[in-house]
Amino acid sequence: MSTPKIRIRGLSKAFGSKVVLDGIDLDVETGTSMVIIGGSGSGKSVLLRCILGLIEPDAGTIEIDGENVLTAPRGRQEILRRQIGMLFQNAALFDSMSVADNIAFGLRAKHSDRDGPVPSRSKARELAGGILQQVGLDPSVGQLSPSELSGGMQKRVGLARAIAGQPNILFFDEPTTGLDPIMGAVIDGLIVDCVQKLGSTAIAITHDMASAQRIGNQAAMLYQGKLVWQGLAADLMNSGNAMVDQFTHGRREGPITMELRK
Amino acid sequence: MNAVLDPIAALGRAVLGLVRQSGALAMFALEGLSHLVRPPFYWRIFLSTLIETGFFSLPVVALTALFSGAVIALQSYVGFGQYHVQSAIAGIVVLAVTRELGPVLAGLMVAGRVGAAMSAQIGTMRVTDQIDALTTLSTNPMKYLVTPRLLAGTIALPCLVIVADVLGVLGGFTVSVAKLGFSPSTYITATLDSLKTMDVVVGLVKAAAFGFLIALLGCYHGYNSRGGAEGVGSATTAAVVGASILLLLFDYLLTDLFFSQ
Repeated sequence: MSTPKIRIRGLSKAFGSKVVLDGIDLDVETGTSMVIIGGSGSGKSVLLRCILGLIEPDAGTIEIDGENVLTAPRGRQEILRRQIGMLFQNAALFDSMSVADNIAFGLRAKHSDRDGPVPSRSKARELAGGILQQVGLDPSVGQLSPSELSGGMQKRVGLARAIAGQPNILFFDEPTTGLDPIMGAVIDGLIVDCVQKLGSTAIAITHDMASAQRIGNQAAMLYQGKLVWQGLAADLMNSGNAMVDQFTHGRREGPITMELRK
Repeated sequence: MNAVLDPIAALGRAVLGLVRQSGALAMFALEGLSHLVRPPFYWRIFLSTLIETGFFSLPVVALTALFSGAVIALQSYVGFGQYHVQSAIAGIVVLAVTRELGPVLAGLMVAGRVGAAMSAQIGTMRVTDQIDALTTLSTNPMKYLVTPRLLAGTIALPCLVIVADVLGVLGGFTVSVAKLGFSPSTYITATLDSLKTMDVVVGLVKAAAFGFLIALLGCYHGYNSRGGAEGVGSATTAAVVGASILLLLFDYLLTDLFFSQ
């Protein structure tokens, strides 16, 4: 049996007395597009941020290609995480840079020694035009600043920046949030294309069931920090799991209860 | 019982909070400095911050220094007139400007202008996930955002203070000659006689320390800001107020260190 691209075991994280992740075990095989669903506050974003190294978990292991990134030396952690590209919920474009510079930054920052010398700034800007075309934008958009773009265009540029370094692993945090259904479908299509072209392993977190089924071939659901279901994305709408069914069909009644904040 | 213990507990919490905050600030400064000797160094960020701090702050610092020198000359003339020692005005102006007013006023102006901008910029990056995006792009945010600003602040403020020193003395000279009837050559001779290299050097050392503190507080509060626009606003206020207070505290400590004997 091959080593999963990402293997998570016993991952736990609490903020004060609030347990956000409670012993998560998850395997993501190479080339898989895993969609993680769950309500607000279920721990999806924290899980993603733990894998990215943005939050330090309290316990557990996160392995990439069989190597525990949490115990690896800092330099090795950086190398392991260099193969990850990330599309943030709000795109998180650098507003002090032009669109082309944002993509060129991603291209230069993720460039590894085995790919030859780091491209110059001007060369990277040239290459950014081609990457913009890959996400369906005209290269002239590169001259604009992020604040001049619509939400959908910002997401595309964020995707362009994420794929610029040709990462082996791609993360998507609520990729369709705030977009109209057509633009959401366009972004999902671009994500699927990019993942397929790069042959990457992908993890997406989303509330959007249509998006989840378009992007993913595997799916998992988090509830109160625990992984309560894992299966095929195609089975999301009729999983046979009461929690998943309630969530995916948006029913008020069921095992999932809305927690009131005290 | 509670009436006695509650104020003590509150005082204890405040002291612990201050100690914790000081420790966090010191660790932040050490981490920022440690990246100076570990490549890569982001020269473009350093240069743009140097220009923003050193060049674009020139008008406000120049005007402040010019008028401060002029005011000292006027006030000294009135005050010293009672004791018939108006001849000491040139020495008073040059010592006040080089030792104190140049570094302190330039520091306060830069804290309001550049410290606030650093905090707001980094704070906005924090609350819009841009700092997290840097990390996911294999770029250490401390190395990219903080270290070049610390270095730029430390270098830019002494440069500004050199200009402030010259213009402060010029302000005093202009008022003394044009309004108070001093001979230009006498004033210049008295200024040069009063001025010692140590006065200028200590002023520049103070300026470097102030520049570092302003950048440090701006970066620290911006980097640790939370909670959207309101959080960024609070961080910016904290950066300016904190830098101004620390600047005056360090001014006293450095003055005591160099001039107390």
